[in-house]
Amino acid sequence: MNALINWLDNRTGLKKLMHEALYENIPGGARWRYVWGSTLMFTFTIQVITGLFLWTAYSPSTTTAWESVYYIQHHMQFGWLVRGLHHFSASAMTVLLALHLMQVVIDGAYKAPREINFWLGLILMQIVLGLSLTGYLLPWDQKGYYATQVSTEIMGATPVVGPQLQNLAQGGPQYGHHTLTRFFAMHAGVLPGTLIAFIVLHIAVFRRHGITVPDPDHAPATTFWPDQVLKDAIACLAVLGTVLTLTIWHHGAELAAPADPSEAYSAARPEWYFLFLFQFLRFEWVEHQGLAFGAIYLPGALMAILAAMPIIGRWKVGHAFNVTFLFVMMVGIIGLTGLALKNDAADPDFIAAVKQAQEDSIRMKSIIEPPPEGIGTGIPLEGAVSLLRADPKAQGPRLFARNCAPCHRYDGHDGTGREVVKIEKKKDGTKERVKENATAADLGKFGSTEWIKAVITDFKGTFSALANVKDKDGNVAESSKRFLEGDMSIWSASHAQHWRVKENEQALTDLVAFLHSQGQRKGAPGISDEAPKRGRQIFETGKIPVGDFESKCTDCHSLQPIGEDKLLGEVGAGPSLTNYGGKIWLTEFLKNPGHEKFYGSGNAMPAFGERLTEKELDLLVRWMVGDFE
Amino acid sequence: MSQPHLDLHQTPSGEPRRGFMTHILAAGIGLLVGAVPAVSGLAFFLDPLMRKKKDGSGDGFLKMPVSLEALEVNGEPQLVKIIMNKVDAWNTYLNQPVGAVYLRRADKETIVAFNSRCPHLGCAVDYKPSEKHYFCPCHTSTFGVDGVKQNEIPPRDLDALEVQIRNGGEVWLKFQNFRATTPEKIPVG
Repeated sequence: MNALINWLDNRTGLKKLMHEALYENIPGGARWRYVWGSTLMFTFTIQVITGLFLWTAYSPSTTTAWESVYYIQHHMQFGWLVRGLHHFSASAMTVLLALHLMQVVIDGAYKAPREINFWLGLILMQIVLGLSLTGYLLPWDQKGYYATQVSTEIMGATPVVGPQLQNLAQGGPQYGHHTLTRFFAMHAGVLPGTLIAFIVLHIAVFRRHGITVPDPDHAPATTFWPDQVLKDAIACLAVLGTVLTLTIWHHGAELAAPADPSEAYSAARPEWYFLFLFQFLRFEWVEHQGLAFGAIYLPGALMAILAAMPIIGRWKVGHAFNVTFLFVMMVGIIGLTGLALKNDAADPDFIAAVKQAQEDSIRMKSIIEPPPEGIGTGIPLEGAVSLLRADPKAQGPRLFARNCAPCHRYDGHDGTGREVVKIEKKKDGTKERVKENATAADLGKFGSTEWIKAVITDFKGTFSALANVKDKDGNVAESSKRFLEGDMSIWSASHAQHWRVKENEQALTDLVAFLHSQGQRKGAPGISDEAPKRGRQIFETGKIPVGDFESKCTDCHSLQPIGEDKLLGEVGAGPSLTNYGGKIWLTEFLKNPGHEKFYGSGNAMPAFGERLTEKELDLLVRWMVGDFE
Repeated sequence: MSQPHLDLHQTPSGEPRRGFMTHILAAGIGLLVGAVPAVSGLAFFLDPLMRKKKDGSGDGFLKMPVSLEALEVNGEPQLVKIIMNKVDAWNTYLNQPVGAVYLRRADKETIVAFNSRCPHLGCAVDYKPSEKHYFCPCHTSTFGVDGVKQNEIPPRDLDALEVQIRNGGEVWLKFQNFRATTPEKIPVG
């Protein structure tokens, strides 16, 4: 063994190199305050190792990036672990970077003759932030896509060369395949390569001047190995423990739904360590100064002051200024971050958007799994985003919010979980969110047994929101009155007493079951079951155990029972109930509610046959009738 | 820093022991923190080796587009393309041609099937009706109509595949590829 080492040493000078690396003198003894640089090196090592392994499975293109990350996260062994380590180490690196900087400034380690090394450190910081920024886009999920859009837009706001810079970064005027290939080349090639070169310089210069010791008499002098190494190793272990805990807790890292340029993402936020800048840019006074001021000039000025610290430090009170400046800046950053989090936590729209994003993410998994044939995944060649676009459960609420929620509600919200509000200006000039009143029925239960029962027994209550439609004199609009004071409303009110009679309970249930069965929804009774059969008798004859109907259903409504040719009743007064609450009824109704078999000339609802495409109509209808897996 | 180990021996009694522990701990923890990402990454990289072979749906048998009746008893082999869903990592390619087989009705009840890949180096063999044998255009391997090799070029006979007759006439086949060049029949994938 010794012979081999000597042989190597003769040819390489290995012993001297190891000696220089390990036995650096540390006056004043090993200290915990010296560990930050080593922990940064350690997190960077984690990034290089996990990053190279992730590289073996990642595929940068708009139809494969999300898909390959999904495959890493959910199908490859320990993929979630490697991905989680990479994700959370990136966060850890940012925190450690701030701590290292603070320690260097507080100990005055930026002063002569260490100015150059301080500047090298600032360059390293920029590269690490660049790595975070480029890495955030690579999974090509909604979160990364929309957050990175902000960064490239900021780049576009650079004076003079902005648009060209943005175009170069994106590989074109818009995001596409080349945005990913370019970001990936930066993230996995250019930036780490540059980082390594600067780390070598940073450490070489550091070794030349040695460690900055605040009090050399703290303890007897020692060497880097093993005393300081042990402290460094324990600090690294603590970092690793934190990163591992977070990784296991989250089972890897979050993967939002695949990026969809046609689908707005209101939950978009930058990674947490850029939140302060995000919050800063949201202030109106910053907005008024233009994007370049808030996002480029001001951060640039702060960086310039940081860079000037070695020069400022020569001044009598320079060091005190530097420490104060850094302290104020950190407080500002933490304060802005806290404010951003606080604002988001109090913003119902943001909370709903986050919830929807999480639901989309979970939904993606349940569409993809289990795969056909039991192997691979169910992702088509055109990419996973096409699955979500064709999914009623994901698209239905969005279509409802856009098209129906201006008048209707869905269990009180707009379909996606957001409240429908308007912003009202108060007299003192402040703005207030006011809940917007619905002007048509809440359709959250539409077509269910509860709904059918409510329409029969409390018609006026079910459609009461129509009373919010006012004419120009402030009275209930004529179109609403026709509804609320019409035949069905009167019938429902005058028969309410019947349903309070105990003997009629079953009759009501049967009648509801008949209509429900005709809708042929999932979970509805079969059309030839006993209850629907009994209900049909009531529908046609109007006979119930106690007190009969004054007018029976078929006097006003027509209904063609599923699988039969004969029409019950006649097309005329009331809307057709053929397949009521089912796919056919709802599709035809939405296409043209003013058709004579529905509301006829009394209709006030817009026809959606031309406003929505066939595809959109199909998605909306399937969601409303619950026709999805 | 000329004589780094000198410190160790000059410290008061008890210190060298602590120094020894420091060495062990520093090295041990150092190795541990490095090993965690490295081992995780390696385990991730070995994913393909750990993937269990999966046959797809059911028992792995595919229904052939020809029925038993359509094949003549002791007639000529018929080439049938195998259409399967092909899985490539996260993508599933539906209805992809993945290979071809020769089907021949040996007697009233029995269908004999051969993978059309030559066991020599994987080229597709042709059936020559005039010669009544299978012939590989790449390196002139020849096989009898029963699949037995007729020269010393291929390492083994043509690869016979499992066939089942179901529901009185449907031909079902378990499609498999085998490694070329070996005397033994070793399934691939």
